[in-house]
Amino acid sequence: MAGGQERLLRGRIRSIQSIRKITRAMELIAASRIVRAQNAITAARPYVERLGQVVQDLAAAPDARAHPLFRQVDQVRRAAVIVISGDRGLAGGYNSSVLRATERLLRQHSADGHGTVLITVGRKAQSYFRFRGYQVDHHFSGISDRPSFADARRIVATVMAPFAEGDLDMVEIVFTRFKSLASQAVTTRQLIPLADQGADEAGEAEGRPSAEGERRTVDFEFEPDPADILDRLLPSWLEAQVLAALLESAASEHAARQRAMKAATDNADDLIKTLTRVMNRARQDAITTEIMEIVGGAEALRSARGTQQGVRAQMNADTATPS
Amino acid sequence: MTATQVELVTPERTLYSGEAEMVVTRTVGGGNIAFLANHMPFVGAIEPGLVRVVLEGGDEVRVAVHGGFVEVRDNRVIMVADVAELAEDIDVERARRAQEEAQRGAGEDPEAEAALRRAEVRLEVSGRA
Repeated sequence: MAGGQERLLRGRIRSIQSIRKITRAMELIAASRIVRAQNAITAARPYVERLGQVVQDLAAAPDARAHPLFRQVDQVRRAAVIVISGDRGLAGGYNSSVLRATERLLRQHSADGHGTVLITVGRKAQSYFRFRGYQVDHHFSGISDRPSFADARRIVATVMAPFAEGDLDMVEIVFTRFKSLASQAVTTRQLIPLADQGADEAGEAEGRPSAEGERRTVDFEFEPDPADILDRLLPSWLEAQVLAALLESAASEHAARQRAMKAATDNADDLIKTLTRVMNRARQDAITTEIMEIVGGAEALRSARGTQQGVRAQMNADTATPS
Repeated sequence: MTATQVELVTPERTLYSGEAEMVVTRTVGGGNIAFLANHMPFVGAIEPGLVRVVLEGGDEVRVAVHGGFVEVRDNRVIMVADVAELAEDIDVERARRAQEEAQRGAGEDPEAEAALRRAEVRLEVSGRA
């Protein structure tokens, strides 16, 4: 009876202990990957920043404004939306927040009468949108853990051709910005057309060089002419932006997973502590009950024997008298 | 001799950052160009090939740059390349194999064409073309 409850609790504690081992391991793995992901962000930052500077300086060139990269469209017909999620879950709210933001953006586009092209990175995004009946036009997976420049190039390739043919007017990317270990934020950034410099707060944080204050406009010599350079620069610039978004998302995912797994491990610790207490209580109760039973049994036996002896003595006495 | 600040960055890492006496590269459509200290502001697309960063004292850093951009302003030469490697990091054997392989596919396949171009640049820069 009471022993059965103890055994049950022991089983639960054991299973929580093995879950705890898993969450603890995932926490440690995520923690070590954050460092690597942060290093990758740091390594890529000069490239992204410098390229941003070149773009900005080119924007000041006389006939650059007419280039598709800068051309503001009055009527958007089709917009491409790139969403960066993870391949795996167990990362707290990481996937769901970026996916919800993307769905809102897609709804907004269809409310405005824009066609959309959806490009998903990460298995979570693919299954989310497929399940909800969205058409996923291009899908990439297996890269969100450790993105490389080649990955960024493959993603950009899916929008470059339709953009060049005039099938796309706008390219946006939804990702999770890695502000610090403690803080990550879902960010939507418009890649094409390039918004006016310094207009968006996100771009500033990305290190488009508004940090240095207003850069003087300088009269540059161009070789080849600005339009030609911009044609070559456009894919590189997109790739750099996508790469930066991929790297930031990777670091954010690891940070979110580490936090979630730390919380799970802490919870497991609490549960184990509480259950152990309950189990000890149950064992104590069982032992107490058992002792009571033994004592009670012994008592009953002794008193029973006592009366028996009395009876026997009586009987002996009875038999003895006649003789 | 006044020096100019030079930076050569790729998405993976910064290949060179420091002072130099001169930078020699080739721009698309413009031929060879050398930047000395206080060069006038300039923006150009780099033709794939050798970039030489000449240091004070005559030493030079040789880099294979597979296309990219160069910007000069405020006595700083900044080069941005998707793919680039230092001459001493080039695996000559690998480049040679890649060259042979790409030669077979070249002609119709643009991917092989690009690979061939890269292999040739690597061999040229490593000085064993």
